[in-house]
Amino acid sequence: MGASQSTAGLRPDVRAAIGTREPGQVASRPAVKVAHLRKTYGELVAVDDVSFSVAEGEIFGILGPNGAGKTTTVECAIGLRSPDSGTIRLLGLDPHADRDRLHEVIGVQLQAGALPAKLRVGEILHMYRSFYPDPADVGELTEALGLAGKLKDYYKSLSGGQRQRLSVALALIGRPKIAVLDEMTTGLDPQARRDAWALIEGIRASGVTIVLVTHYMEEAERLCDRVALIDGGRIVALDTPASLAARARGGTTVRFVPSAPFDDRLLTGLPEVTGVEREGQHVAVTGTGELVNAVILALHVAGVTARDVQLDSSNLEDAFAKLTGNHPDQEGAAR
Amino acid sequence: MSSLSLSLPRPARRAAFGQIVLNEARLTRRQPAGLIGGIVLPMVLLVIFDAMPSFRQPTADLGGLTPLDVYVPILIVLSLGLLTLFGLPMPLTTYRELGVLRRLSTTPVPPWWLLAAQGVVQLCVALTGIVILLVMSITFYGVLVPKSPGALMLSIALTAAALFPMGLLIASVAKTANGASVIGRLVLFPMIFFAGLWWPRELMPGVLQAVGNFTPLGAAVEAMQDSMQGQFPPAAPLLVLAAYAVVFGFLAKRFFRWE
Repeated sequence: MGASQSTAGLRPDVRAAIGTREPGQVASRPAVKVAHLRKTYGELVAVDDVSFSVAEGEIFGILGPNGAGKTTTVECAIGLRSPDSGTIRLLGLDPHADRDRLHEVIGVQLQAGALPAKLRVGEILHMYRSFYPDPADVGELTEALGLAGKLKDYYKSLSGGQRQRLSVALALIGRPKIAVLDEMTTGLDPQARRDAWALIEGIRASGVTIVLVTHYMEEAERLCDRVALIDGGRIVALDTPASLAARARGGTTVRFVPSAPFDDRLLTGLPEVTGVEREGQHVAVTGTGELVNAVILALHVAGVTARDVQLDSSNLEDAFAKLTGNHPDQEGAAR
Repeated sequence: MSSLSLSLPRPARRAAFGQIVLNEARLTRRQPAGLIGGIVLPMVLLVIFDAMPSFRQPTADLGGLTPLDVYVPILIVLSLGLLTLFGLPMPLTTYRELGVLRRLSTTPVPPWWLLAAQGVVQLCVALTGIVILLVMSITFYGVLVPKSPGALMLSIALTAAALFPMGLLIASVAKTANGASVIGRLVLFPMIFFAGLWWPRELMPGVLQAVGNFTPLGAAVEAMQDSMQGQFPPAAPLLVLAAYAVVFGFLAKRFFRWE
């Protein structure tokens, strides 16, 4: 993997598990280890030389735009697909050779998985519960997930958020050591999404390692200890959300609604400004240095007031745009 | 990691399979299209046929049997055909659409258990339908008692064995549940013609009858009618059914898609 890894900002136990790891050191064996994974579909290279490891108890994010190779990576890791090359170990188990044993210790919530409309929540949970040697208690699990009153409801009568929580419940009912959650908040309203985040933090607190696949920057930033940014089938960066955001720092964006129309040249002529964009009634000005003061002053001189001013400092999203727009790591490897 | 060596012991595996069968049975009861096709429709047809006086007269064309005698095996085949070519592929296609098979393949339970559970449920429905049909027709309508019950059971079993993989193949070819129902219809209706639903095989021209004997449902009806009349079925229709079972079993195994 070309991207550098920094261990600053990690929880101490996570850092201990991944930062000082020696090859073959069993005591700190990572929960997930993927090395040089490659998967092609015909001509299309879906995943190319992806390597990462996840420490036990860590929330590890796999972040990238749609079609980047996130789901393929995860599907290879859990044994749903065979990689063309590379090695994968989950808790030391090979997803293919040890498939049955592996599936007893991982819980998977796949993207867009539905269930039969005319089964009741309790019937579904009891069926999946019977698949595992040491399952969780249905009552406790549904209580924790806010589904306790829903056991007698048909699946079709559940809301989107409730279906998602049931799906998570099925991933957790076997008391997994690793939970893989693929796009679990896609399609949820903001409140349900925040509930889901609290839920994930609760799951981690119970000692479960979590691999979280998402294309929401905000989600990764809020939850993950470390994030792998995947684009075009490759890891373009792997670091803590804070370190990734810091890498992208150097620019600021001011957004405002002008009280009167004005000519963009009023601002583009300023030395602090590098770009002006119109987004509906908003104006977004990017630049460096004392950007805010310079912009407000120039507008004031022209008799324009800036209302609803917002200042964006860089975040994971900026890091993502920067890292995927310009791949320093891929240039050497380009074929 | 000592718990990694845990594995479901055999009784627990049986219980897990039982849970899947139980939920499949619940779904069959709550979405009763299969029950209607497999049990109610053949019963209704039996009642309607019996209400037609001509159906109760022994006919020389039918070798001295009444049309009702001839139709009981046809209705058995109709029930089996509807259950295997509609009742089986529709839920399987739905499960694939919903991602149920994919979800199951991330658990310790292999997804083919769901297929097997579907098979168990459809088979139970079919057997219920067949038993009701035979009991009704014999006790109320004076249809002749199967003279070779063993041969009849063997014929029913082989018919199911030939049709089951056809249902799986339909589930593989179809992309959606609606597609599966269209394909099921396209496959079932020509086949049920050769079984004699609209035109008893005995009255068909020789060529049609000969062709029909090589279709799965034609062979099934031939085998069942012969068993009802006490012949241990001629090897021919049973061999035809067995050949279909082997060929379609192979094709279904080769082409069945989990996703």
